[in-house]
Amino acid sequence: MATQHSRSAARLMMAPAVVLLLGWMLVPLTMTLFFSFKKYLPLRGGDLGWVGFDNYIRFIDSSAFWPSVQATLVIVGGVLAITVVLGVALALLLDQPMWGQGVVRILVIAPFFVMPTVSALVWKNMFMDPVNGLFAHLWKFFGAEPISWLSEASMQSIILIVSWQWLPFATLILLTAIQSLDSEQLEAAEMDGASPVARFGYIILPHLGRAITVVVLIQTIFLLSIFAEIFVTTQGSFGTRTLTYLIFQRVLESQNVGLGSAGGVYAIILANIVAAFLMRIVGKNLDA
Amino acid sequence: MGRITLDKVTKSFGATEVIPPLDLTIEDGEFTVFVGPSGCGKSTLLRLIAGLEDVSSGQIRIDSKDATMVPPAKRGLAMVFQSYALYPHMSVRKNIAFPMKMAGIDEAEQNRRIEAAAKALNLTDYLERKPGQLSGGQRQRVAIGRAIVREPAAFLFDEPLSNLDAALRVGMRLEISELHERLKTTMIYVTHDQVEAMTMADKIVVLRAGHIEQVGSPLELYHTPRNLFVAGFIGSPKMNFIEGPEADKYNAHTIGIRPEHITIGTGDGPWSGVVNVSEHLGSDTFFHIHNTGLAETITVRADGEVGFRHGDRVTLTPRSDVIHRFDAQGQRIAA
Ligand SMILES: Nc1ncnc2c1ncn2[C@@H]1O[C@H](COP(=O)(O)OP(=O)(O)OP(=O)(O)O)[C@@H](O)[C@H]1O
Ligand SMILES: [Mg+2]
Repeated sequence: MATQHSRSAARLMMAPAVVLLLGWMLVPLTMTLFFSFKKYLPLRGGDLGWVGFDNYIRFIDSSAFWPSVQATLVIVGGVLAITVVLGVALALLLDQPMWGQGVVRILVIAPFFVMPTVSALVWKNMFMDPVNGLFAHLWKFFGAEPISWLSEASMQSIILIVSWQWLPFATLILLTAIQSLDSEQLEAAEMDGASPVARFGYIILPHLGRAITVVVLIQTIFLLSIFAEIFVTTQGSFGTRTLTYLIFQRVLESQNVGLGSAGGVYAIILANIVAAFLMRIVGKNLDA
Repeated sequence: MGRITLDKVTKSFGATEVIPPLDLTIEDGEFTVFVGPSGCGKSTLLRLIAGLEDVSSGQIRIDSKDATMVPPAKRGLAMVFQSYALYPHMSVRKNIAFPMKMAGIDEAEQNRRIEAAAKALNLTDYLERKPGQLSGGQRQRVAIGRAIVREPAAFLFDEPLSNLDAALRVGMRLEISELHERLKTTMIYVTHDQVEAMTMADKIVVLRAGHIEQVGSPLELYHTPRNLFVAGFIGSPKMNFIEGPEADKYNAHTIGIRPEHITIGTGDGPWSGVVNVSEHLGSDTFFHIHNTGLAETITVRADGEVGFRHGDRVTLTPRSDVIHRFDAQGQRIAA
């Protein structure tokens, strides 16, 4: 259908959107780059001129930098592992015919509709509070000492909260993928003598490869920049300061825009390294 | 060995009974074809035998052992699906090896059987390809290869050729027949194409709405169809049915005469009519005759050289020794 004429017409009509998107992306990026080479302290003298790579060196030399990169990667990795494994399990479960399937499916999706801030607050106050939280009551019921989740197991708690939020997304995508599996393939495998476990390993899991890739890539994009969950729970303390949170602290708490911008550039670099790494591992699943 | 017996087998999906009580025996080494119109329960019957569906009641015996509750993998049957059901992410070699791998057969034996199957099915050059890179006919052969290497007691085919084009279908039909000659394994083959049924079967089972209408060799069904349904279903073009005064002459409610048993001409004849459509196949010509006063259309099969045109008046002479007679219930009246 794509004749010469229709192609150029298509280009013309796409142009406004492309220009808008490009501007949307380029303006903040250029401004970040611009500020990252300046000493800019809005409340302490404003623009104090160009400083070259000073901000970059200071940001990376700070004792908080490498731990924040590590925290970011641990959260992303932990959430990915939990959502993919549980997502596959839940998708398999929801694919089984059962009573009340429609309601159960909606319930499973529900967490995705809750705002990150709200869900983190609910987890923090209703579940993880060491005095009044449900977990505390549960622990006391069994005679154990309640755990002060967010300070003693801060990383695990954040991973738990974020996983809870993203599990519906993973489940939903994996469920549609499972439903698109040709049932005759499973029947053929059954006749070929494959046990349920073998059918899962040899037929279902390879079929899910592409969907898992999509889940991993999309979630990574969003997880690299999680913020609200940390802001309303630990405020970056107890080892949960991610790169995003560190930048936030540099810009808003220390009021050092230049330093924060340099951190932003590092965040872009980190995101690209992670993306390149992921594409290497799972990207081949996307070519069909 | 592969003798399969169905004993009062029934199958219902919820409240709808798809297979009413049904008895059938398939002898060892026999090529049995299930035919019938769409939705008559052919696939369901095959899946019951395979174990992919549970029977609602009755018993299935394989080699006189009760297999009703045996899981599919343990029945020793291999199935070829209409959609081929190849595993898309595995190479042809891995596809064929899969059942052997699951059975824990050692590597050397696996390779020996793969090579043998690939050679027999002309797949040697394609072993390293993925199913997505094969043509329909090649995929079909891989599916058959995957079934062969298991050395099953019986093969089950569910319309394996219906996704292929006409020329390929004829070729694969021959290949499956040859395979049966060579392996001498029981085969059950589902189709709604009566040409496949006639050409391949040792025994045809004609089904309608889950009932067995008739069981017999292709020629038995052709020469002595037990009722109107079988008479109309077997044979191409379809048998002509005539009711009314002409049938009364033969003491029947309905008489049937096959298109190939009517001679068309211009001289004297008991019946006459006007040519409506003629279909030229080269070797044969089918004439559809109107205005005979017998039935709406009478189909006649003539030699390819016979050249009547639309609107020509012709006379028809049936061979009286091959007229089939049926009573008011549609059952055959014995000669
Ligand atoms: N899972 C099911 N649930 C309910 N009804 C079913 C189910 N599977 C099949 N049927 C019904 O059983 C009847 C027989 O189906 P079956 O698939 O055996 O037909 P078939 O003879 O193979 O037809 P075709 O030639 O079109 O493949 C049909 O009326 C169908 O609607
Ligand atoms: Mg069918």
